[in-house]
Amino acid sequence: MKILVPVKRVVDYNVKVRVKSDGTGVDIANVKMSMNPFDEIAVEEAVRLKEKGIATEVIAVSCGVTQCQETLRTAMAIGADRGILVETPADLDLQPLAVAKLLKALVDKEQPGLIILGKQAIDDDCNQTGQMLAALADLPQATFASKVEVVDGKAQVTREIDGGLEVLSLSMPAVITTDLRLNEPRYVTLPNIMKAKKKQLDNFKLEVLGVDVSPRITTLKVSEPPKRSAGIKVPDVATLVDKLKNTAKVI
Amino acid sequence: MSTSKATFSWSDPFNLDGQLTDEERQVRDAAHAYCQERLAPRVLDAFLEETTDRSIFTEMGELGLLGPTISEAYGGAGLNYVCYGLVAREVERVDSGYRSMMSVQSSLVMVPIEEFGTEAQKQKYLPKLVTGQWVGCFGLTEPNHGSDPGSMITRARKVPGGYSITGNKMWITNSPIADVFVVWAKDDEGQIRGFILEKGWKGLSAPAVHAKVGLRASITGEIVMEEVFCPEENAFPEVRGLKGPFTCLNSARYGIAWGALGAAEDCYTRARQYVMDRNQFGRPLAANQLIQKKLADMLTEISLGLQGCLALGRMKDAGNAPVEVTSILKRNSCGKALDVARMARDMLGGNGISAEFGVARHLVNLEVVNTYEGTHDVHALILGRAITGIAAFTN
Repeated sequence: MKILVPVKRVVDYNVKVRVKSDGTGVDIANVKMSMNPFDEIAVEEAVRLKEKGIATEVIAVSCGVTQCQETLRTAMAIGADRGILVETPADLDLQPLAVAKLLKALVDKEQPGLIILGKQAIDDDCNQTGQMLAALADLPQATFASKVEVVDGKAQVTREIDGGLEVLSLSMPAVITTDLRLNEPRYVTLPNIMKAKKKQLDNFKLEVLGVDVSPRITTLKVSEPPKRSAGIKVPDVATLVDKLKNTAKVI
Repeated sequence: MSTSKATFSWSDPFNLDGQLTDEERQVRDAAHAYCQERLAPRVLDAFLEETTDRSIFTEMGELGLLGPTISEAYGGAGLNYVCYGLVAREVERVDSGYRSMMSVQSSLVMVPIEEFGTEAQKQKYLPKLVTGQWVGCFGLTEPNHGSDPGSMITRARKVPGGYSITGNKMWITNSPIADVFVVWAKDDEGQIRGFILEKGWKGLSAPAVHAKVGLRASITGEIVMEEVFCPEENAFPEVRGLKGPFTCLNSARYGIAWGALGAAEDCYTRARQYVMDRNQFGRPLAANQLIQKKLADMLTEISLGLQGCLALGRMKDAGNAPVEVTSILKRNSCGKALDVARMARDMLGGNGISAEFGVARHLVNLEVVNTYEGTHDVHALILGRAITGIAAFTN
């Protein structure tokens, strides 16, 4: 069984981003980029399934600019067997629906038994790609997975829901999106970084997949969150209740 | 003219990140993740209690941080020297002691074995040193022979089947916990030669040196050799003279040049955050010109120094780095890092004295780093000799 793992190149989680002065987005020039942490969990899970002998091949795929190759190399250093880059122009605003369509085309081509991907990317926080892919490819889905097992040819996925755990049994192929507690990704080792350099990385041009990737959503404005203003001290409980009732209007 | 205004980075003004290859960035990030998540939480206790955690070697070995430049044939990652420097910088960002443990194992033990050892020696020692299953140490300095190792008194007398080695080595990183000892001694002809000794050999002991005020997370000791028998097969067959130990030191000093700046970066980052957060006279300390000048000095020295380290790394990878360039940078990085640490200590006021705030630990560590592997002054003399053709350190 093949596992397809889509990975996204995002601004590193440690970076404090700055909004561009014209309000069109955040400034990512010379900013440290790395793999979306939820996708790292997805790669780790797929590699573990391979190490358990359940999967035979783990294919990492990324859609975006040339530099996404670096993200794919990281996935291969963790243990993915090969990588696919769907290269898109730097000026293209690649949105979740377009990515889901591209992934659908790759699912048709590679015929994986599982597609495991992060539940959301930490840059746009959309939480859409996995669900859209499942719909487009007409596959069962299990989102926010905290445990994944393959039993008797079915994917058994545990999800953390309000008040407990939900266990789903999915026929395969299936789409699984990963939550934070699914696993703790391993440290990449230096010898594996070197080995990853030698693994196969295919580069697909957009035209080859014949997918309409034009953006459907327009960003009107990006702005910094409002600065928090200083608090006030109230002399007694009566004033506090009055403020909560009439000024803050929360009670 | 471009209309977009380039933005300045207070942590990487020359865009060092952009001057690295994908692979180099990956190596740096891998080392950074381990160091910050696994080493940083342990360092305070290790430093205060003067304890060395043996398992760090195993962990580093698993990640390939030991001997990263060693050929894949012997279990190494076969990485370039820029990668080696980046790893040293990430480890020393946490603590110079941890970087010392790693440098000794990598540059001073594995490099000579790979460079001067027989095939059998490489096969026997390198794979276990790379994984951290064995710890190595390097014995050159003696109690009375530091900057002038050529006058060492340790002797390797020829005896049937090998050598009988007698002498004392001092200030040896890792020695009390070492399994493998690369030691240098003069043979019957008065030539310096290298030998690989193993823990447990008769006459070999390695007592620890206590009460160090710096590098407390990394164990240091002596090597005492009383007629230790070393079989012929454990001597480096070809190399003679100071070329042997100096080849290793040249490699280690290059790592120190990167590493010391990692410690300086940590001091700078901590001091910057502290002066932004701490208010006195109703405004942040960072609002004072005196503080801002210190930050400007720190960033200038660190970022210029890193550019030098990268340039030397590229020269080493191209195979055309004269050893004197390593002297420039070992000396510059250590001296400047020490200045940065002192400034940071000062900017943190009373808190700067507390080990909890990290900078005082870096400061006392860097006093050692500035001294070992050629002091600041001795590297000046090496450069002076290269500039003038006159050696000032011999009569």
